[in-house]
Amino acid sequence: MIWETVRLALLALRRNKLRSALTMLGIVIGVAAVIAMVTVGQGSSRSVAASVESLGTNVLTVRPGGRGFGPGPASSGPTRPFTLRDADALAELPVIAHVSPTVSSLQTVVAGAANMSTSVTGATSGYLAVGGWTVVSGRGFDRSEDRASASVCVIGETVRRTLFGAADPVGRELRAGKVTCEVIGLLQAKGAGAFGQDQDDLVLMPIRTVQRRLLGSENVSSISVALAPEVSSQRGAREIEALMRDRRRIAEGAPNDFNISDRAQIAEVLTGINSVLTGMLSSVAAVSLLVGGIGIMNIMLVSVTERTREIGIRLAVGAEGRQVLTQFLVEAVVLSLVGGIIGVIVGLGLAFGASLYMAIPFAPQAYVVLMAFAFSALIGVMFGFFPARKAARLDPIDALRHE
Amino acid sequence: MSPAASRPPLIELADVCRVYGSGETEVRALDHTDLVIQQGEFVAIMGPSGSGKSTAMNTIGLLDRPSSGRYLFNGVEVQGLDRDQRALLRRHFLGFVFQGFNLLPRTSALENVELPLIYKGMPRPERIARARAALAKVGLEGREDHDPSQLSGGQQQRVAIARALVGDPMVILADEPTGNLDSHRSHEIMKLLQKLNREDGITIVMVTHEDDVAAYARRLVIFADGRIRSDSAMAERATA
Ligand SMILES: Nc1ncnc2c1ncn2[C@@H]1O[C@H](COP(=O)(O)OP(=O)(O)OP(=O)(O)O)[C@@H](O)[C@H]1O
Ligand SMILES: [Mg+2]
Repeated sequence: MIWETVRLALLALRRNKLRSALTMLGIVIGVAAVIAMVTVGQGSSRSVAASVESLGTNVLTVRPGGRGFGPGPASSGPTRPFTLRDADALAELPVIAHVSPTVSSLQTVVAGAANMSTSVTGATSGYLAVGGWTVVSGRGFDRSEDRASASVCVIGETVRRTLFGAADPVGRELRAGKVTCEVIGLLQAKGAGAFGQDQDDLVLMPIRTVQRRLLGSENVSSISVALAPEVSSQRGAREIEALMRDRRRIAEGAPNDFNISDRAQIAEVLTGINSVLTGMLSSVAAVSLLVGGIGIMNIMLVSVTERTREIGIRLAVGAEGRQVLTQFLVEAVVLSLVGGIIGVIVGLGLAFGASLYMAIPFAPQAYVVLMAFAFSALIGVMFGFFPARKAARLDPIDALRHE
Repeated sequence: MSPAASRPPLIELADVCRVYGSGETEVRALDHTDLVIQQGEFVAIMGPSGSGKSTAMNTIGLLDRPSSGRYLFNGVEVQGLDRDQRALLRRHFLGFVFQGFNLLPRTSALENVELPLIYKGMPRPERIARARAALAKVGLEGREDHDPSQLSGGQQQRVAIARALVGDPMVILADEPTGNLDSHRSHEIMKLLQKLNREDGITIVMVTHEDDVAAYARRLVIFADGRIRSDSAMAERATA
């Protein structure tokens, strides 16, 4: 008898193609929307997490000048710059693993007929370690080049593509302002940074070269440090602050005339923005689920009259209420299952397409799929089953007369 | 009437009322009606529109429940039965032809006729064979796959008749079974009912507005205002 009931249910679904299709559409929309939104949300979280990681863990940056923003008195008087001696002193601290003092200068860079405008960064051998860069071709600076104003440079992927095309740039020459240098290394591409900036648009030269030949100044604009493993950024910041206050002879109680920024703070802000975004996506998804649910409800309610008459006919020819109800339940379950499965496929497909387009990881989540599925099944069964249960309790003649 | 002493009547309505609404709008569709029908009878019910004929048929057919009074089916007090027990009685003993046909929409004639057999738990091949035979009896061979919207009113009526007789019921209750048929078809259907009555011993209760249709029955009950105005035996009509 159960197979007979399943057969009856399938027949009924086939007879009412439009109603079945519309009900299923409601379920598909609900399920697909939730799965797509949450999957994309998860993907973008992961992508932010990856960007945060690429900022480098445990990296602090020290800049001359008082606090850029926030409460507290700004430093008074002209800003005292850093020099390479400050970087050397920081390198002596046991909590610090690598030091990378930098300066930068905006230049037009020329190689053969190609040219571009980019920022030329004066760096030392510590730069690659602090920034987490890998050299894919050639080499980075060595320590001997830190103090000499050698005419060499290391370039990023974007600069390579613009100036040299697909060719290996190592050994070629480029001119930045009045400095002509030999390309000794090419950096592995990092892609867009946490704020969408192109991290591969860079030219590195030994810091002395930039200071003397491009800027004409001994100043260092910022010093980034990578802390030794197991050193917390709070402890690192405390030790750096003590050392710098001592070197700059800042009286006790007087404010710092430099600031230390911690990348963990940036990461926090980014993660915060991302969780707001994920929350928004989730509420949009919840609304789609609701809209899908209301669609199903409408179709079911509109067809109640016809279905009530059908129940009346079945009861009149001798069906028991239970048999009619089982048929309706099977119908609702089949619709929800098929709609749910199509919804899952469509949802994952949309999420996959969107992830490709937005270049974020594709992150399907089993619990979301299950939840969306369960919710739509619940709605489908509720609105298919409860009106039927009401009708099956009527006297056949009242069900037949239903308007 | 000559009730067989040993056997309870098949249908016995005793002091049955069916009241719709209440107060000002109260309608007494059946007003203290008594009616006894023995097994094997062929009864025609006539009367003006609104006199309670369909209400009586629905009550007898266990589709509706009386507001008061007793109904005994084959000696069993039907008021005491629950929904499922009434469904079982309909399933095994009753065949109903509705005044408005009540076929399942978008469902072929064959599947409509097959429906009562499904609930009898009959295997599918047998069901299909029986449903085809029933459709052939009412002259609808070749229309098995048409659904109601592709059939004329008379054809739909014949599908409804086929559905009522397909399960070999003890009683066929037919509410104006020839209402939409031309007189040639009407006589064919009446001959079919007469044959079912005579050869298979099926009890037939039928509502009609036409005297020559009623003439096939052997008893005529006339309703007026929810009461039985007259109840008389009729001379048997010779079969042509
Ligand atoms: N569901 C209902 N609600 C209220 N009144 C009803 C209902 N069904 C029938 N009636 C009333 O009961 C009375 C008897 O109706 P019934 O359908 O039994 O008449 P009938 O003799 O079959 O008439 P017809 O020959 O037109 O089919 C009518 O006055 C009708 O208006
Ligand atoms: Mg009537």
